[in-house]
Amino acid sequence: MNFTETIKVAWKSLYSNKSRSVLTMLGVIIGVAAVIVMIAISSGTEATISEAIHGLGSNLIFITGSMTRGGPGQPASGGLVYDDVAAIREGVSGINGVSVEQSTSQTIKFGSVSLESIPVIGTTPDYTAVRDLQIAEGRFFTETDLDRTQKVAVLGATIAEELFGEDELPVGQKITVGDTKLTVVGVLADKGYVSGTNYDEQIYVPISVVFQKFMPSMFARVMGDQVRMIFVSVADDANMENVILQIELLLAQRHEVTLDSADFMIQTQADIIETQESTTESFRSLLAWVAGVSLIVGGIGIMNIMLVSVTERTREIGLRQAVGAAPGDIRLQFLVEALMLSLIGGLLGILAGVGGSYLFDQFGGMRTVVIPSSILLSFFSAAAVGIFFGYLPAKRASELDPIVALRHD
Amino acid sequence: MSDRIIIKTENIQKIYGMGDIQVAALNGVSLNIKEGEFVAIMGPSGSGKSTLMNILGCLDRPTEGRYYLNDEDVSDLSKEALAAIRNRELGFIFQSYNLLPKIDAMENVILPMMYQREGKFAASQREERALAALESVGLANRAHHLPKELSGGQQQRVAIARALINDPVLVLADEPTGNLDSKSSIEIMDLLHELHDRGRTIVMVTHEPEIAEHTQRVIHILDGRVDKDYKNGYRHGKLSTHETSKTEEAVESAAD
Repeated sequence: MNFTETIKVAWKSLYSNKSRSVLTMLGVIIGVAAVIVMIAISSGTEATISEAIHGLGSNLIFITGSMTRGGPGQPASGGLVYDDVAAIREGVSGINGVSVEQSTSQTIKFGSVSLESIPVIGTTPDYTAVRDLQIAEGRFFTETDLDRTQKVAVLGATIAEELFGEDELPVGQKITVGDTKLTVVGVLADKGYVSGTNYDEQIYVPISVVFQKFMPSMFARVMGDQVRMIFVSVADDANMENVILQIELLLAQRHEVTLDSADFMIQTQADIIETQESTTESFRSLLAWVAGVSLIVGGIGIMNIMLVSVTERTREIGLRQAVGAAPGDIRLQFLVEALMLSLIGGLLGILAGVGGSYLFDQFGGMRTVVIPSSILLSFFSAAAVGIFFGYLPAKRASELDPIVALRHD
Repeated sequence: MSDRIIIKTENIQKIYGMGDIQVAALNGVSLNIKEGEFVAIMGPSGSGKSTLMNILGCLDRPTEGRYYLNDEDVSDLSKEALAAIRNRELGFIFQSYNLLPKIDAMENVILPMMYQREGKFAASQREERALAALESVGLANRAHHLPKELSGGQQQRVAIARALINDPVLVLADEPTGNLDSKSSIEIMDLLHELHDRGRTIVMVTHEPEIAEHTQRVIHILDGRVDKDYKNGYRHGKLSTHETSKTEEAVESAAD
């Protein structure tokens, strides 16, 4: 019997047992769909993370201060101070910008519109370069604004829209932030979520304004002029290692500490990517295991049904042998049936997996990215499962003694 | 009948079991069956006639002795080679018909052609041949019926068409009328006679003496040996013309 004929015979046999065939396939369908959906989910997560990291701005260095808490009423000692920002900017070569953040949460009003608990980010003019932000209207605040503690603000796109709607131009308007009136000098272009922060729903002011107007006096007394984190954007043509070394030496000198007992820590974007990748890596291998196990369970289902089928069709096997089927013909026939179950199951599983990934993306609140290679992978896994688990029943069928098989009830 | 020998066995033995406990199902059977003979093999159950039939049908191999089928020594062939011999040289008719239940009469008849090694026919030719074979057993109009839609006699006729489709040198019938009522039995025996008249070599196992009477030669097997081997009163022609047939009498009385 040639291959096309074998396929036809296998198809007929599966078709004449429709519901059983579909139920048997279900295991493979679920297994394959699981592989695709899980890889899609982990790829989605990965894509979100990598976008977040790249969205932070390119070639970033993060300097974190480690401070020692002071006694009651005493300022904390050690760690980064605001003046470090200026010192780095002036004393380190090969950098695009140095930025610092001090945020607070305020109610913002304009006319009759009032927005509660809006993050107000106190920062420096370098912020746009470090965070890779674009200006849509007006300008970002300047060094002069910062030095003179000018009461100016730059709005995130969503905030501007909510405060002023379509009709009014935000630039030049005065808004009330907390108890302070600030003049809007610019509006940012859409940026969206990066690393869990929505840049469109924040406003940006000179950090000196935050220190002067929005820090509670209690907090200010404890913190002094300390800052938690300084961001440094390294120039494209500069050597990252060299810049880090410069910063380390500068800060150690300023803080009068040795590098072994430094009161600050320097991390690069690469360090953060590495941490994130190892997290997604273990997440992904967990998912791969779960999906793999479900495929194997599907395969065992196929083997089980094929064994039942061999027993049920013993007489058919005997008759085929009597009219001239060689053991190889019988083996091929049952192998093709198992393979067909797993491949049809695999195809349906691919549809279910791609569809399921889409639904997760649209309605499940989980970002998914279907990877074409995961479709190939799961399809070939299904084929492998079919051959592997179909082999034993097929071998058993081919080894039946025609005399015994023909007498089987 | 020619003088050409289709079946030649030399001192065939079939021994089951291993170690000390050995049972000889066949204990030295030597036979010659010529082309065109119609032979009945008889014997009580346990006599070894089924074992002999299995060996003659290349479903089993003798432990000792030689078996020449159509001048070819098939005693020691592999399973694959035996399958090819069964496909090319043999046609089987079983007591329980053994049609595949889920395919129609025509597809059942086509089945042996699917396993042909050489000279395979194209799909359209196979259908033509199957239809012709069904026509020769009077079932051309039932070609697309499933086995369960056919009577026992009709199913056995489909099985005969299947047995003949690859033009075998030997037709082996194992109790072909065992599951049939007397009327259908007569139809089947008539059909076998017709095949014989056209020159087929037929070996039939039966335990019904009335059926065996209508062959040319009866071989009695007892305790794994040939007990008697004799020619009997076979005449050409339809079974219904044999006045002595009990089967036929029963049918006649049923017909009245």
